Amino acid sequence: MTQTTKTDFQWRRKHLIGLRELSRKEIEFILDTARGFEEFSTRSIKKAPALRGKVVVNMFFEDSTRTRNSFTLAASRLSADVIEFTKTSSSVNKGETLIDTARNLEAMGVDIVVIRHGAGGAAHLLSRSIKACVINAGDGFHEHPTQALLDAYTIRQIKGTLEGLKIGIVGDIAHSRVARSNIHALTKLGAEVILVGPPTLMPAQVQNLPVQVSYSLDAVIDKLDVINMLRIQFERLGGNLFPTVREYSHFYGLTVERLKKAKPDILVMHPGPLNRGLEIESEVADGPNSVILRQVSNGLAIRMAVLFLVNQAAVLEAKDSHP
Amino acid sequence: MKETAPSILIRNGRLIDPANSVDRIADLLVAEGKVSQIGRLPAKADIIIDASGKIVSPGLIDLHVHFREPGDEEEETIASGSAAAVAGGFTSVVCMPNTNPPIDNATSVEYVHRMGRQARKTFIYVMGTLTKGRAGEELSEMGLMAQAGAIGFTDDGSGVQNTAVMLRALKYASMFNQVVAQHCQDDSLARGGVMNAGYNATLLGLPGMDPLAEEMMLWRDIQLVKKTRTRYHAQHISTAGSVQLIRQAKQEGLPVTCEVTPHHLLLTEELLKDYDTNYKVNPPLRTLADVEALRRAIQEGLVDALATDHAPHLKSEKELEFLAAPFGIASLECALPLYRKALIDPGVIDWPELLAMLTYRPARILNISKGTLGIGDRADIAVIDPDAEWTIDPNRFFSKSHNCPYAGWTVKGKVLYTIVAGEIRYCADGYSLCRC
Repeated sequence: MTQTTKTDFQWRRKHLIGLRELSRKEIEFILDTARGFEEFSTRSIKKAPALRGKVVVNMFFEDSTRTRNSFTLAASRLSADVIEFTKTSSSVNKGETLIDTARNLEAMGVDIVVIRHGAGGAAHLLSRSIKACVINAGDGFHEHPTQALLDAYTIRQIKGTLEGLKIGIVGDIAHSRVARSNIHALTKLGAEVILVGPPTLMPAQVQNLPVQVSYSLDAVIDKLDVINMLRIQFERLGGNLFPTVREYSHFYGLTVERLKKAKPDILVMHPGPLNRGLEIESEVADGPNSVILRQVSNGLAIRMAVLFLVNQAAVLEAKDSHP
Repeated sequence: MKETAPSILIRNGRLIDPANSVDRIADLLVAEGKVSQIGRLPAKADIIIDASGKIVSPGLIDLHVHFREPGDEEEETIASGSAAAVAGGFTSVVCMPNTNPPIDNATSVEYVHRMGRQARKTFIYVMGTLTKGRAGEELSEMGLMAQAGAIGFTDDGSGVQNTAVMLRALKYASMFNQVVAQHCQDDSLARGGVMNAGYNATLLGLPGMDPLAEEMMLWRDIQLVKKTRTRYHAQHISTAGSVQLIRQAKQEGLPVTCEVTPHHLLLTEELLKDYDTNYKVNPPLRTLADVEALRRAIQEGLVDALATDHAPHLKSEKELEFLAAPFGIASLECALPLYRKALIDPGVIDWPELLAMLTYRPARILNISKGTLGIGDRADIAVIDPDAEWTIDPNRFFSKSHNCPYAGWTVKGKVLYTIVAGEIRYCADGYSLCRC
């Protein structure tokens, strides 16, 4: 395999639910493994046999384009068979339950389930209910581990290390799984995280998290090495969490003007999809500081690494139970 | 022909009758459905129970249970709930009206009573709703329901949100001398929440219910009670802030009472870390500081009643995602040892005080002459082994539902016999009756 294992560390998790429970070493191990997969995209034949004969199902209960495609592509590059299961239903209550759906898929011999779901804890529930590996592709406001891993990967790729970096996460922290996973990953890797947004978009008892909080982007932008702009989630505007999009953009939008106050080498990130002109101006999103498309490319390597590792852990577990 | 129940002699037990300040070793004779003699009695009766080393208490009263009938009989019926009740030592329970359809008319009240009589286990009481369909808008027929025997009024499961409606309901109910009970929760603050709002909710990414949601409504209702003087009962209070509000109301001499559940005395929000829906309950599990405040409130005598809020749900419902699973814990059959664990073991209170909150004090809230063991009183009795150890196994529950987070807990305190209206309606495994 192409991975660069520097230590004799052995990956043992057959599920990836969140980054909160991962150690720094485990996170670094995923990033190192992803590095081995990075050059894949440059090969003429973009296939490795690691998951040959394995079945990966993408269970997406919420809309997603890039995450689902990224997982599909990652799995097929590792030679897995991929089943797409998409069910966007506003009511989780109706019809077949999540567990029933998963058990049915498992009965068809699925090895890895990639799940995105609107309810926090859905991936956790699944991992307790079925034998297959479970990878969380986003559950409610809980976690989105592969997004944070690719964010960390991208920062490390460009800055060399996260140690001591000041990283701003701007927007609706309260309802963001991306923010939660980022907070866990980035702080474990030694970065300082500053959450930026109005108090109504901060989660309860945010002061207990290992982060700083600022209600003013202008007050902190000159200190930041990296700025991660979260998407305005229009579906939440009904909750009246801030007065208008105009007012939000005025205080928290990343404009060309505002970026002038930042360090010249600041990295501008965004998990997508973009609301151009609202949380981020087009000139900034497409400008020299933006690494938004790099995030997308790196996502592929991260997801290959995660698929590879959970499968390896499952194989090891099977060996341990049947020596 | 009128059948006469056999007489029962309960010998040599520790007789605890908190209403009459009795706590002594004595024999108690039950005849014709009543407590007929107390003291040192000759060993002459149809049935003799040796209660040496056991507690003989007035039958327990739970003023807050959900027996799901009508509408959700797959979760619980009045018959299965009644069997669970006597297994837990409860000789009277109050069914909440949030059934499907809700108990908001006299016919429904009569139906619940009839099913209770048919089950012939525990006394079944029922509260009617405050508002039609529990919609919080129009008053329900409280007068007709009271006439049919409804024992109080509540929209339990949710609180009455509209202040004007609540004021009107309290005013109207004041003419019946029935208690008005409220599930205090301001929906504008709590809607969509599935656990306590706080750091744990932040980590789990679950929408929270702020303690303020409970406290705001409790505060509001206390202001309304000042005006109407209607007897008011705050159901399952769960926060330190609520304790403070109850303390003030009582100091002001208002007719305000409250209850606390076993789970709010034993469990905290940290237990939700694995998204185990058996811990999903409303009001939600709070913090250790809240648990401690509730225990102190009990020590202070601020809490009038303990209540399980027995809320059965099917496994298939509790297997849903945490957001979608229903709220509720089924605990009627293991409540007594849980109370012991929460309150007696840490030295918060003693047995007479515990039993007071499970007998005459809830009876007083309900305005029923129960929960006492004087001569001539109806013979509703629980015989309890206070030290017997056992392991909670929900699969052995009489309840149809097993949504119980205490599964596997080894606890102390076991109900051996439950006597209702002079009849032995429950007898623990291995405790056969000695007929002499």
